[in-house]
Amino acid sequence: MGDLLAVAIDAVIYSSWLFVVATGLTIIYGVMRILNMAHGSLYALGAYAAASLAGAWSAAGWPAAGTYAVLVAAALLVGVVMGPLVERGILRFTYGRDEVVMVLVTYALFLILEDAIKLAWGVESYFVTEPYQLLGTLDLGPLSYPLYSGVIVLAAVATGVGLRWGIYGTSWGKLLIAVIHDREMAAAMGINVGRVFLVTFTLGTTLGALGGALTAPTVSVVPGMGVEVIVLAFAVIVIGGLGSMPGAALGAIIVGLVRSAAVHFLPQVELFSIYMVMALVLAFRPRGLFVAVEARKI
Amino acid sequence: MRRPDRTTVAIGAALVAALAAGPLLPKWALFLVEVALAKGLVALGLLLLMRTGLVSFGQGLYFALGAYAGGLAAQAWGLGDAVAMLLLGMLAAAAVAGVVGLLLARYRTIFFAMLSLAFSMILYGLLVKSSALGSTDGFNIEPTTVAGFARSRGSVYALAVVVAAAAAWGMHRFLLSPRGRLAPAIRDNELRVEYMGASVRAAVHLNLVLAAAMAGLGGGVNALAVGHIDPEMAYWTTSGEFVFVAILSGTASPIAPFAGAILLELLRSFAYEYSPNTWQMVIGTAMLLVILFLPSGLWSVFRARGRAAG
Repeated sequence: MGDLLAVAIDAVIYSSWLFVVATGLTIIYGVMRILNMAHGSLYALGAYAAASLAGAWSAAGWPAAGTYAVLVAAALLVGVVMGPLVERGILRFTYGRDEVVMVLVTYALFLILEDAIKLAWGVESYFVTEPYQLLGTLDLGPLSYPLYSGVIVLAAVATGVGLRWGIYGTSWGKLLIAVIHDREMAAAMGINVGRVFLVTFTLGTTLGALGGALTAPTVSVVPGMGVEVIVLAFAVIVIGGLGSMPGAALGAIIVGLVRSAAVHFLPQVELFSIYMVMALVLAFRPRGLFVAVEARKI
Repeated sequence: MRRPDRTTVAIGAALVAALAAGPLLPKWALFLVEVALAKGLVALGLLLLMRTGLVSFGQGLYFALGAYAGGLAAQAWGLGDAVAMLLLGMLAAAAVAGVVGLLLARYRTIFFAMLSLAFSMILYGLLVKSSALGSTDGFNIEPTTVAGFARSRGSVYALAVVVAAAAAWGMHRFLLSPRGRLAPAIRDNELRVEYMGASVRAAVHLNLVLAAAMAGLGGGVNALAVGHIDPEMAYWTTSGEFVFVAILSGTASPIAPFAGAILLELLRSFAYEYSPNTWQMVIGTAMLLVILFLPSGLWSVFRARGRAAG
């Protein structure tokens, strides 16, 4: 029983983290049809920005409780700076090309950003300890959990609820849905598709950076931390169905469960199991669990 | 006998020139060319896939398989000849592609890219956790002979050059054959290919197996050149580098991937010398520029000039 409880709790924590990271990727794909390989770098940027800002915050002697706000501010900063920069500076010249070409373009971006991060922050590791230490731990029988994990779970729930409200509850969300359904018709109806793309990409970037900023207190922020995240996030959204929000949630839960079960019962297959699930889902539901099959084009 | 075409002549000339230059080149240059040819082999397979309209982000799967199959046979059965290791690696990669191809051949665009990536990451996950195969450290690979000759930098180099030339020529012939000519047709319009009576799935499957065989050979050559194998060969960033070489080279000629790979390795050795931390940035920028301004790859520059000249 204790084992199962531990698996379930780990799965919830890990799934929440995955959801925050992957949901930005799936929104960008859903609206812009860009599978953003640079997402992992934006995640890493978020972590670095969080580490630097939180470091400056503590150095200034301001109250430690404020570091939570600093983490979110760091993510916003990365999103608002990098989103428009990448979208206006590079991506907009490639609209209309194949989806695969977009993968290659964003892969090139990933390579550039990886080194840009090294140039800006060097190769040493950074730590943000305050948000993690402040909350202490929660003891559940023999198990002990850092309460900070709860923050990540809350962030995931807030992200999910907020996005759902934003897409289905606001007029801006209606424009977004129109663009998803038919880009050209939406443009013909007077929707500024370029601006929708810009906002979407900025939002997706912010979410990726938020994933990184929230992770920063739990790990050491080092070069290359985004490399593995990309393929994990891919696995999550491919399982759920590219471009589907509920799909990203389901994918995150599946991957979270599989991984935490693997870690507890059969640690040798941890990495392997996630990609195995991804391959299995693709084998039986090529477009993921949540997306309808598209008509074949002549 | 028919007069050999230009590409065949070029491959033959490159083979003779490379073999003749072998004894004159310093050791580091031999090593550089060996590694470049290994990557060129993988990119040659990608060329075939890209002609079919597919981009694989998982060629690392076959690259690693080709290396590990040879290396394992050397450990388990005492297989000592480099040629046998290469052949075994190629067959192993082709066999695995034959199986996963049953599934992969049904996929297109990013779904193909993602599923091939997933397969390569599965192998990576397996290799990293298998302590019998050295986990993340991998193991050394030291064949005693190369096609009967004693193993030396020179003999490995000669083998790499001959294998690359043979692969380039074989691919050239295949691309000109009816089956090879199906590839661009599939990229342009699958349904019409079916209407003509050809099986798209069979053709794609065959191309997958051929591309895997090339990648397997490349993995074997790389293992011989470096003398070491590790799971990093199956990681997705390795596959990404192959895609880069393929994009850089374009799909116009089977010689292009090797030229592209040599250019990349030359650039890399100089970039490492002068600014090791901006290497990926250089690659990324080059890739962006090529995609934006030379969508058919660097090779298309020669083509355009040739056409303009007459």
